[in-house]
Amino acid sequence: MDLIKPEIGLIFWTGVSFLLLLVLLRKFAWKPILGAVEARDEKINEALNAAEQARREISNLAAENEKLLAEARNEKDRIIADAKKTREHMISEAKNIADSEAKRMIETARVSIENEKNAALTEVKNLVANLSIEVAEKILRKRFENPSEQQAFVQKHLEDIKLN
Amino acid sequence: MQFSSFFRFNTLSALLFAAAFSISFTASTSVLAASEPAAAGEEAEFNAAEVILHHIADAHDWHLFDLTNEDGSLHPVSIPLPVILLTNGNLDVFMSSAFDHGHAEVTKGDRTYKLDHGHVVETSGASVLDFSITKNAASMMLSIVILLLIFIAAGRSSAKNMGGAPTGIARFMEPLVVYVRDEIAIPNIGEKKYKKYMPYLLTVFFFIWINNLLGLIPAGANFTGNIAVTLTLAAITMIITNVSGTKTYWGHIFKPHVPFWLYPIMIPVELIGVISKPFALTIRLFANITAGHIIILSLISLIFIFKTVMIAPVSVGFVLFMSVLELLVAALQAYVFTLLSALFIGLALEEPHHETEHAH
Repeated sequence: MDLIKPEIGLIFWTGVSFLLLLVLLRKFAWKPILGAVEARDEKINEALNAAEQARREISNLAAENEKLLAEARNEKDRIIADAKKTREHMISEAKNIADSEAKRMIETARVSIENEKNAALTEVKNLVANLSIEVAEKILRKRFENPSEQQAFVQKHLEDIKLN
Repeated sequence: MQFSSFFRFNTLSALLFAAAFSISFTASTSVLAASEPAAAGEEAEFNAAEVILHHIADAHDWHLFDLTNEDGSLHPVSIPLPVILLTNGNLDVFMSSAFDHGHAEVTKGDRTYKLDHGHVVETSGASVLDFSITKNAASMMLSIVILLLIFIAAGRSSAKNMGGAPTGIARFMEPLVVYVRDEIAIPNIGEKKYKKYMPYLLTVFFFIWINNLLGLIPAGANFTGNIAVTLTLAAITMIITNVSGTKTYWGHIFKPHVPFWLYPIMIPVELIGVISKPFALTIRLFANITAGHIIILSLISLIFIFKTVMIAPVSVGFVLFMSVLELLVAALQAYVFTLLSALFIGLALEEPHHETEHAH
């Protein structure tokens, strides 16, 4: 048989057989295989998408956590600052109250000391006055035991009065 | 003696290689036909060209080997195949063994058939349409059985675990299917339309590949190296291409974007393009596979041409190398045929370009 002369018989059998093969493989092989491959592709895509979604969610979650943490930190700082302020306020208030109380007490003490002092002074004065009177009385009694002397004394005072 | 036979081999091989790579086959076969009476004259003379062409040609029986009869003559052993003939509206069916390797004539009714250089002819000269299951057709049917066994099993395995990891034979076949889809169909036809053409591309890819491989088995048929086969496959590609051709595709052929006075030149050129695509497919597969077979057979013939076993290691070495190369070529040519089919279909599916529309 010539090499480059196509034989009608072989063309016929090749054509018929090939088309039959095409029909059979299409139904029994290519459809299920391509279906399985496509289903797998879809599954893989879905899995990848899900993974991507999860990754995004995790990163969102991390960001949220970060935010919450920052918020908590801020809150903590604020509370501490507040506490500090409150403490200082309380201390200063207490100090003020103590100061004023101390002042008041000192004042009271001062006043009472003054009063006591005055009372004591008055008493001392009175005592001194009484003592003086008693001493003077005693002296006078002594001096004026004799009437001449009394006379002389009166006389003298009278002279003084005259002079005035 | 050795020198002269070597010289003769050189001329022969030069002829053979020229035959393998050009369309000058008819010339070489006529030369061979002229040399045949000489070969018949001296029985011992080994005619490499004749042997090689006999091996790559189709036949009505599947020749396996020759036995030597007691009288020293060779007795061929072959598997008989059905001969189906259509002569003047009469269908004659008989087994090829009836020809007794071309030594006997077969008479059916008023028609007598004989083998003439592998062709069945009617002795009275009536025209015979030969629909025989030849060696190539039988080899193809074997390949179809193999393909059906492999891929129906794979399909069943795939259907069983949809979306899961492939198991069994599907694990081996699915990557190849995915390769055809992702590397051949989608890049050339496009994501949107490729699905419709996948069954054809897959079938033609595995059909050519398996048949190429079957052709490499010793005593196998040279099925994909037969021009009738490649012509049929290319014709199917051409039909699919032109049936799915879009308005833009036909517009390019019958209303090319050139001044209208160039139409008498351009339209025939475009029409030649339509024909030359399947022609290229036909010749490429045919020439590649046939050339591979011719080279391997030539290398083996070296042993018989030199009439010494000393050359055998060289021949075997080269044949081994060529056979490994042919394994690659078997897959490569299946790939190329499928790729070009996808490319032609893709070209026929083209959508109008906005740039050219504006330019028009």
